[in-house]
Amino acid sequence: MRIVAEHLSYTYNAKSPFSATALRDVSLTIEEGEFFGIIGHTGSGKSTFVQHLNGLIRTPSSLKRKKKRKAGEQETTLTVGEYDLTNKKTNFRALRRHVGMVFQYPEYQLFAETVKADVAFGLKNFADKKLTEEEIDEAVRAALEVVGLDFEEIKDASPFELSGGQKRRVAIAGVIVTRPEVLILDEPAAGLDPLGKREVMELLHRLHKDWCKTVIIVSHDMDEISENCTRAAVFEEGQVRYVLPPAQLFEKSDELIEMGLDVPLTAKLVKLLRERGVEIACDFTTEGFLQAVLAYYRERKGAAQ
Amino acid sequence: MKDVSFGQYYPTKSFVHNLDPRFKIVFLIAYIVAIFLAKNFYGLAACTGVLILIVLFSRVPLGKVLRSVRGVLFLVIFTAALNIFFHPGEEVYWNGPAVYLSYGIIHVTQAGIVFSLFLVLRLVLLVTCASMLTYTTTPVSLTDGIESLLTPLKWVRFPVHAMALIMSIALRFIPILMDETERIKNAQKARGADFERGGLFKKVRGFVPILVPLILSAFRRADELGDAMDARCYSSGKKRTKYKKLRFTWRDLIGFFVMAALIAGVVVMRIYLGAPL
Repeated sequence: MRIVAEHLSYTYNAKSPFSATALRDVSLTIEEGEFFGIIGHTGSGKSTFVQHLNGLIRTPSSLKRKKKRKAGEQETTLTVGEYDLTNKKTNFRALRRHVGMVFQYPEYQLFAETVKADVAFGLKNFADKKLTEEEIDEAVRAALEVVGLDFEEIKDASPFELSGGQKRRVAIAGVIVTRPEVLILDEPAAGLDPLGKREVMELLHRLHKDWCKTVIIVSHDMDEISENCTRAAVFEEGQVRYVLPPAQLFEKSDELIEMGLDVPLTAKLVKLLRERGVEIACDFTTEGFLQAVLAYYRERKGAAQ
Repeated sequence: MKDVSFGQYYPTKSFVHNLDPRFKIVFLIAYIVAIFLAKNFYGLAACTGVLILIVLFSRVPLGKVLRSVRGVLFLVIFTAALNIFFHPGEEVYWNGPAVYLSYGIIHVTQAGIVFSLFLVLRLVLLVTCASMLTYTTTPVSLTDGIESLLTPLKWVRFPVHAMALIMSIALRFIPILMDETERIKNAQKARGADFERGGLFKKVRGFVPILVPLILSAFRRADELGDAMDARCYSSGKKRTKYKKLRFTWRDLIGFFVMAALIAGVVVMRIYLGAPL
């Protein structure tokens, strides 16, 4: 499912003393099959943007859009696959089945008595007909297995007895159990220890490979972005500043730092090396960085001999 | 984050906003007394005048002020209807028959119409003045004001400070929990939960996926807050200092004169001006 947003704007509490503009004229296209990153400060509009993608926040009605067109402003388009999200009549429940959304700290949305019941919640909600116990078991087993949990061992446990990392994986399983084509995750690794972070990122790769076609992550952690994403968008004050593959994006380290954002460790190292007169070019993944450094080293060695 | 505003505080800077919350609470009580002391329309006119002054000096938009009456609109209409139809009386206030209709227990009289107008005005003034208090005072300073006014109860060992603390924590947590509710609701909606479809039973059951995480989170937050307060050695027994000290200013003095003039005026009118009503 291709995601196309054009001239998308959104204001919270419009027409009240608390109004806050979250998105200003955002245009962004995410192709099917991408591992897309969204970076930005708190309050830059990134969460607001992703919540648009499964209709949790709606674009203004067609009436308002007509007014906008008359005022000479460009018209908003927002489509996910064949779903037109600017149309009120769109079946948003059907859309949500295809666009899975994992919120920040998803473990806080667990509620059922058993892990199985919790994971099956979305499955039952989206099912066209009543599912048999075997069908539920099968889908839940598959979802739990892909997040690295053993179905037999955990299905009857209370989700509240699990460890933090396990809870988060159960919560993710509860979203992917319907096999969405697009999976959106808001800070999937927030609050986890380094090992937990690595496990979550490995899980996302597994999901991207053979479960969900498109994966979109919202993240503060630039290393996550540089290591994993095909492209990344940088949000600042409700606007999209850059949409680039990490290899090109982190060439703009100075601009990013000026925006108050971090850059990946590899970009910091490349910068420090440049300051010492060592010019290396790499794609800012750990592996790419190592290859570039080794290539430079061999070249120097070759020249010295 | 659909509705960050909570309660009806209208944030702006104005004369009325800057008044001491204690004074505003006392004024509201005095105003209610004045409304009930007023026996005729002159008295209510004085009350209306003062209220108009308050609204003007508070810079709260008129639309918002009128909206506060909407909540009691049913009560207003009910009161008016009751008195128009069931108030017997022979008084004549304008040219025409004193009694328009008299059938069984139903009496539509001039006296009834006038009296119901009187009651409606009273009710509207009461509600509007009360909401002016909440429009111009943040919940936190309202709590501070109540705490300060209740200080005398400390002499009878009533835990005024603890009560005020409980109140302000509760107020503080309302927007947080509302935010949390919205987030959990969105998360469950993303998993296909539907809060609109189905009969009553299904709808009520549909709230379980919101309520369970919400209650858990409320307990978690309460625990964390308790720990944080303990870590900073909070205790309500000691004499505590305030970040924002309540202080009477020249504004409150002006307000006090307005209040005194209103009460005096209403009492004088009650004694010397009998009619109408």
